[in-house]
Amino acid sequence: MSVLIFVDQSEGHIKKSSFEVLSYGAKLAEQIGATAEAVALGTINDEQLSALGKYGVKKVHHINNEILNHVDAQVYAKAIADTATNTGATVIVISHNQTGKAIAGRVSARLKAGLVAGAIALPETSNGFTVKKTVFSGKAYANITITSPIKIISLNPNSFHVIEGEGIAEVIAVTAAIDTPKVKVTAVNKISGEVPLTEADIVVSGGRGLKGPENWGIILDLAKVLGAATACSRPVGDAHWRPHHEHVGQTGIQIAPNLYIAVGISGAIQHLAGVNRSKVIVVINKDPEAPFFKAADYGIVGDAFDILPQMTAEIKKLKGIA
Amino acid sequence: MKILVCVSKAPDTTSKIAFKDGNTKFEDNGVQWIINPYDEWYSLVRAIELKEKEPATIIHLVTVGTADAEPIIRKALALGGDEAIRVNTDNSDSYYTAAQIAEVAKQGAYDLVFTGKETIDYNGSSVGAMVAELMDIPYISLATKFDVAGTVATVSREIEGGEEVAEVPLPLVVSCQKGVAEQRIPNMRGIMAARTKPLKVVEPATVETLTSVSSYELPPAKAGVKLVAADNVAELVRLLHEEAKAF
Repeated sequence: MSVLIFVDQSEGHIKKSSFEVLSYGAKLAEQIGATAEAVALGTINDEQLSALGKYGVKKVHHINNEILNHVDAQVYAKAIADTATNTGATVIVISHNQTGKAIAGRVSARLKAGLVAGAIALPETSNGFTVKKTVFSGKAYANITITSPIKIISLNPNSFHVIEGEGIAEVIAVTAAIDTPKVKVTAVNKISGEVPLTEADIVVSGGRGLKGPENWGIILDLAKVLGAATACSRPVGDAHWRPHHEHVGQTGIQIAPNLYIAVGISGAIQHLAGVNRSKVIVVINKDPEAPFFKAADYGIVGDAFDILPQMTAEIKKLKGIA
Repeated sequence: MKILVCVSKAPDTTSKIAFKDGNTKFEDNGVQWIINPYDEWYSLVRAIELKEKEPATIIHLVTVGTADAEPIIRKALALGGDEAIRVNTDNSDSYYTAAQIAEVAKQGAYDLVFTGKETIDYNGSSVGAMVAELMDIPYISLATKFDVAGTVATVSREIEGGEEVAEVPLPLVVSCQKGVAEQRIPNMRGIMAARTKPLKVVEPATVETLTSVSSYELPPAKAGVKLVAADNVAELVRLLHEEAKAF
């Protein structure tokens, strides 16, 4: 019996979300008395794969085929499902990131294995197999029982701590027939040099209260000193003050960082739906009636143009940055 | 070209979320139902735009739900689409729902199946992928642009830290999000026309369910915001560092 964890990679680098699912899967394996194994697809060097042992996996099944360097949902789902079948996996764990959203449903349908998409905690396994997930865009949780023999969990990013220990995993090179993908990728545009929003621990976000794109310097300065990603509200994205990919909210990206700092954002319910899973929310707004204060942990009623530079300076002081 | 657009009813974003029957059922009393925004704003509108370019295109809508979903379907038909199919069953299991849609899709021999990127109630983002697998055709998740020329679709989709552009042969399943189209408001002509558009009701195929909801819970209430005076920014930074341990 094993728990099979899918290791997501990009250009040969294993993503942070993968360390979370590895830690989660290893903990789950311990809980149900199974072994934790991983499956990795595409070109990744063996050193990186054997190092995954420190997250608690014993074996890494590696299909080293360069066709798999691009995520093709159909080809990936077959490779993962076949590995699960060959290794006798009873639970499959995948991150609920963009890659996971492309493949988890396919693997589920292929294996007729029930899927809980967007899990936030380890399953309750004392009586059945029940997994907690967020529903209603973060406004509630549902406990979902999986009734099929094989179970699939896709784990929300930033909802489980990475647990690092000691250990080296055995890397098993798997030869498998890989179909030519029907999807022909013609271009990949990566936003380079920035922390991807969904993986960021800290996010500094600006809204209409900043009055114009020329004023974003104070947001960028604060983000830089915190090592944070930057985001914006929908009106800011729609007005092209900031690129669309920074828009967080119901129709934009949903994030769950440790710290979310909202500057000049009133906190419409659609915005909250994208950020309400953040662990700590700080709101800085001139308007004491801004609804965002109700959802916040800390707040300052005041002018962002005064407050942000002071925050940046204080954090620099604290971190000993000149 | 034949397009199948999946529409789901969802509680309005501003609805109060509450549960009943010992927290095992969603309290729908007083809830305003809407078309799931991703289904309406992006996938349905894009399908309509494709038909405007290519008038021979046929658009069917499909929903898996009981009769109380019909006002939502009529509203969707008011935006556009030729006819609707309602699979007469209600279930929260995404595999069960996907299998019903796949059954309709196979019988109708559609070139394109559109879904929204997720529903705003269960937030699973999984039905589209399941439909594609059950039909053994490609799936493009989280599309931000979509076009078709002949039998090949050109799509942009969100990937981690960026975007991917690809060409995909029809048939395929696409999940749509912001960027694919712009929200439209139905006009009076559309609303009148929708009243007489066919709405077929079909009985569900026999499919097993793989999951069930055991219970719901609401997140613990926030302790309330701790306000710091505007002239004491250092205190906020101290709290974030020492109390919240946020950086």
